[in-house]
Amino acid sequence: MKGKYNCYHCGDFCIDDIVSDGNHFCCNGCKHVYLLLSENGLCNYYQLDNTPGIKVKGKFKGDRFAYLDDESVISKLILFNSSHQINVKFSLPQIHCLSCIYLLEKLHQIESGIIQSRVNFQEKNIFISFNPQLISLRKVVELLSFIGYEPSISMQDAISVKKKNTSKKQIIQIGVAGFCFSNIMMLSFPEYFSRGNLELPELQQTFSWVILLLSIPVFIYSASSIFLSAINGLKQKKINIDIPIALAILITFSRSYFEIITNCGSGYLDSGTGIIFFMLIGRWFQNKSYDVLSFDRKYQSYFPLGVTIKKNGIEQNIPITKLAINDIILIRNNDLIPADSLLMEGDANIDYSFVNGENIPQQKNVGDLLYAGGKQLGTSILLRAIKIPSQSYLTELWNNSIFEKNKEKKDSFIHPWSKYFTLVLLSIAFIASIYWQWTDPSKVLLVLTSVLIIACPCSLLLSATFTFGNMMRIIGKHQLFLKNATVIESLAKINHIVFDKTGTITSQQKTAINYRGIPLSPLENDLIKYTTANSSHVLSRSLNSHFSVLSNMVSPSFLAYCEEGGKGIFAKTAETELRLGNSDFTASDLLNNSLKSSAVHVNINDNYKGYFEIVHPYREGLDEMVSKLKKKYTLHVLSGDNDAEKSTLQQIFGNDTVIYFSVTPQGKLEYIKALQKKGANVLMIGDGLNDAGALMQANVGIAVSENSAQFSPACDAIIDASSLNKLPSILKYTRMSKVNISIGFAVSILYNIIGISLAVQGKISPVVAAILMPVSSISIVLIAMITSKWSEKLLKLSIIKS
Amino acid sequence: MSALFLLLGVSIIIAISFLIAFIWSVTTGQYDDEFTPSVRILFEDDRNKKSKNDQSTIEKKSSHAN
Repeated sequence: MKGKYNCYHCGDFCIDDIVSDGNHFCCNGCKHVYLLLSENGLCNYYQLDNTPGIKVKGKFKGDRFAYLDDESVISKLILFNSSHQINVKFSLPQIHCLSCIYLLEKLHQIESGIIQSRVNFQEKNIFISFNPQLISLRKVVELLSFIGYEPSISMQDAISVKKKNTSKKQIIQIGVAGFCFSNIMMLSFPEYFSRGNLELPELQQTFSWVILLLSIPVFIYSASSIFLSAINGLKQKKINIDIPIALAILITFSRSYFEIITNCGSGYLDSGTGIIFFMLIGRWFQNKSYDVLSFDRKYQSYFPLGVTIKKNGIEQNIPITKLAINDIILIRNNDLIPADSLLMEGDANIDYSFVNGENIPQQKNVGDLLYAGGKQLGTSILLRAIKIPSQSYLTELWNNSIFEKNKEKKDSFIHPWSKYFTLVLLSIAFIASIYWQWTDPSKVLLVLTSVLIIACPCSLLLSATFTFGNMMRIIGKHQLFLKNATVIESLAKINHIVFDKTGTITSQQKTAINYRGIPLSPLENDLIKYTTANSSHVLSRSLNSHFSVLSNMVSPSFLAYCEEGGKGIFAKTAETELRLGNSDFTASDLLNNSLKSSAVHVNINDNYKGYFEIVHPYREGLDEMVSKLKKKYTLHVLSGDNDAEKSTLQQIFGNDTVIYFSVTPQGKLEYIKALQKKGANVLMIGDGLNDAGALMQANVGIAVSENSAQFSPACDAIIDASSLNKLPSILKYTRMSKVNISIGFAVSILYNIIGISLAVQGKISPVVAAILMPVSSISIVLIAMITSKWSEKLLKLSIIKS
Repeated sequence: MSALFLLLGVSIIIAISFLIAFIWSVTTGQYDDEFTPSVRILFEDDRNKKSKNDQSTIEKKSSHAN
């Protein structure tokens, strides 16, 4: 039964069976973590969830976090510093279950220097306070990495630690407005029911004065953001949506205060505060963002904080910002190249898939130029930097002006409406007051203010903010996370869709392996499985995970085993000699480059058997999605990869779709610019850094992510890869937004017509105004909820159908 | 009717105390994480757990003896 267990720690299949305390482990890394936990009495970790552990990847290198000893790096990361306590917050994307919380909050039992650790599960971060005299920041990070939770520390995080106090202020503003509004409503009820005449005038006066006092915090504190934005609009000489609202609030409050103080009425403070309360809720709803996701990432967050350099034969770690030209950089397996540099030593096998979308790792020779952003796969290499990180080829893209300015805020289609609305309203008020000037001058002021109060554009705005906010939440349920609600409107206008290939319409994590050649026997099959298990090369890894053990073969003892970097693996057992690797290494007839995908050739006992072709498959449901989208939109495909897949892609997308290969990042940006010049509204769907420019340039940029915690470039929305096939339905849903808002509009205009027609006749009684206004706001909020709910049902239907 | 004035004052004072409680809870970050505390409370403290277990067995034994 040997070799048939799953690892007690991470749940992986055990190839080398390592036993400790009667539990089986897949590797020594997992065993060591288990031992550390059991030593400290933390075995509860394994009871809360089955195999909760995170597989310990590769060897734990002693000096990887040496840059955390650098004072300037430390000061950027920590939140609070005293001689006895340092507070720090890390984001740990690996947090996934209850066991994680358990273990991470018990860190103080493992290291006595840690005072306290607190996990925020939703935001996937940990707050740690430790005593710097007992343990260093580097040791804390190393401990976290050892138990499988390596913090993601990047330049951008280090630069901007503080945020988020604004949302707290917003919530308090809403709370204050809600408190005052509901109390004012309570005190206004007697007046509603007595038709404006309370039997006890004293009581009415007291009520009015209490209402006045209650309204002050709303006017001064809660509404301040509306006034500020209106003032800013005036300063820039633009009529923004907040100006008419601020005007209406100002008039409502001043007239109410005047009435209460002169004791000639009870004012409209109930509806005034109510409108502010609903407006604030609507805005909060609309601006509610997904805190875990980051939409504005730049290249800094992709690069590591530290880099190992070799100076006078000594390895030392420095912060990436201190990297200078001509420094010798040491890059280990899976490290990123931080700056454009020349290869000095070692077998470079660079994976640029994230940078330019190319599928196959590139083999480089000594003296070749390596661009920043590539990932080394295999053994360590030495490089000489020829540019500093911020001026490298990849990062130059960010110097494009498109990243400088924020995307032009296109006017929402409510804006022109509200502009006309304000104009019409002002002219009605003007004409009405001229009319009353002729007939009854005493009523002029009353008519003028009541027209302005009654017909506030707030309800128009409310319907839009609530509809968009609600739709954004519903779209989020389907794993398309929008940066803000205005993206919905932009999405509804799209008519061209541009796809990236690698990582967008192909899956990055899954690999499909096709074998071509002479069939392998089960024994040979198993031998390959066991041979590849010992290698950390990407291709070996994917081959290894592809196979399952067919025979009853036990892990063989190798007489000889050697891995030649960049060439392949040679393994020898008592019966067989196995060569896995490139075509030269395995004496294949095929030329290495004649195949356009990654291939591993097999040679057993000097007989060439065939090769494994490793491809990234297209995402499930792609055909169907494309055929649906084609009915409505013009599609384009821009790939950074070579044209190996041309015929397959053409088959999926049809002959009328433009497909370009080997497009540079800049080329993608230019292509979209050219489309936009022809008047197209472009939606770009991409994933990597190579799409970053295009995502910014497009009217809407959606980044595809297989794991929302993972890096995705700056964009307007992030879609979970598994939801990509829902895109046609979601786009259809966004197009319904216009209908939904129009319904809300129609109702609020109806209210306005009734209100204004009463107001111009001077017939508006306080009771009618007091009832009409809150009712109109509330009913519009309700309509927004109902219409978006109704269209959600249609969305669900169309998803089920597909 | 004068009771109404008193009630008005009392009700507003109570309402204001709730508002203050709300502001306090927001500013001290009680809404920052709505999930983890609910899980945290369920974890038993391992070191105390042992002694508790001992205690409960002792209690059981003594109850048996009785």
